[in-house]
Amino acid sequence: MSAWSQFIAIVKRDLLLEWRARELVIGMLVMALLTLLIFNFAFDLSGAQRAASGSGALWVAIVFTTLLGLGRAVALERQEGAWEGLLLSPVERPVIFIGKLVSMLFFVSAVELVALAVLAVLFALPVLRPGVLVVVGLGTLGLCTLGTLFAAMTASVRSRDVLLPALVFPLAVPVVIGAVRATTLELNGFTADAAPWKSLLGGFAVLFFALGALTFGSVAEE
Amino acid sequence: MATVTSAVRRPAKAAWLSVLATLSVLSFALSVVLIFLYAPRDVQQGEVQRLFYLHLPTAWLAYLSFFIIFVSSILYLLRGQARWDRLARSAAELGFIFTTLVLLTGSIWGRPIWGTWWTWDARLTTTLILWFIYLGYFLLRAYVADPERGARYAAVLGIVGFVDIPIIHMSVRWWRTMHPEPIVVRSEGPAMPPEMFTTVAIALIAFVILYAFLLAVKYWIETTRDEVMEIRGALEQHG
Repeated sequence: MSAWSQFIAIVKRDLLLEWRARELVIGMLVMALLTLLIFNFAFDLSGAQRAASGSGALWVAIVFTTLLGLGRAVALERQEGAWEGLLLSPVERPVIFIGKLVSMLFFVSAVELVALAVLAVLFALPVLRPGVLVVVGLGTLGLCTLGTLFAAMTASVRSRDVLLPALVFPLAVPVVIGAVRATTLELNGFTADAAPWKSLLGGFAVLFFALGALTFGSVAEE
Repeated sequence: MATVTSAVRRPAKAAWLSVLATLSVLSFALSVVLIFLYAPRDVQQGEVQRLFYLHLPTAWLAYLSFFIIFVSSILYLLRGQARWDRLARSAAELGFIFTTLVLLTGSIWGRPIWGTWWTWDARLTTTLILWFIYLGYFLLRAYVADPERGARYAAVLGIVGFVDIPIIHMSVRWWRTMHPEPIVVRSEGPAMPPEMFTTVAIALIAFVILYAFLLAVKYWIETTRDEVMEIRGALEQHG
């Protein structure tokens, strides 16, 4: 099999399993919506500054949801020895990394679409601008590259729920800063000002995608 | 068994360890004299400014440690030799301590000068995040059961973390800034009286010698620990 067909096989299998069980995405969705709900009570999401608070709430929801999803996805994979099976097959480790990353991107994007819709309806924010969607896409990509790498590391650790955030949060600071700033600017219509933040997000995603693919082999060795 | 005797043998390079220790004590003694008697009193900040001679070297060492972790991690992943992981572990412990010291000395110095214990400017925030990355490094090593796997994972974290630090710094600086502009490393020369520059240079050298000594001792302790683990493993195997 070529690397491309291996990659497609991995993504298809993750999507198919999730389509049958639907437990991962539902869990993530509930988490995201509840986070947004709580933020409404924690901060003023209805006033004139709601673009800033709204984008902050959105990104906190995305970060927590992504880490939750990653943790559960690796746990599900370890059941029935599926992960060992994958490692025993002649697939290059970077291909596994990219496959897992893309599957997770599908799941997180599905959740984000609903979260954005909720944000738009409940808090009257113009989230369906292309600029906002680009920022959300870039930020999610950066988060998921880091997350996929460290989720694989923490897969067999008992305290994964604590360890995965402890590892990813500090490293993901540029993504959070950039994504929140850029989303706020885009929501307020200042697309030009958001450009440097978008470059930061894009550069981050590319850099850690490469680094993740390179180092995944050291992580996925059982 | 050869491994038993090697574990209790004094380090092969004990002589230069003693030299480092002596140099360290002497240079620190010199630094203390310079800091309190030679360096002038800062006109605006008063005596508390002397914390600078502690603060700057610990900051450099906190970041130097992470660089050592970065290089050792790459070498460990490429070559798989235990010595690189030992070096990374040792540098991590020292780096964590020095990062804590930077944050503490900076905070103590900042309180009377800035009127606040903390501010979210670029350099403080990045150093705080560095502290958390170090913490994550230790948590990872502690929670992963198999030590060899823990070493590999920690190496990946060391590499990813080091590459991320400049990006973190850049993003936080774009976000806000309040730290005094760098006064030591500037193209037109440091913006402070020569006595202060001499003092901080000597203090920096003293700290670097101390760091080298501590790193060497810590590395030796880790080597011994690994040998003990090996012996213990062999004993368990053969009953």
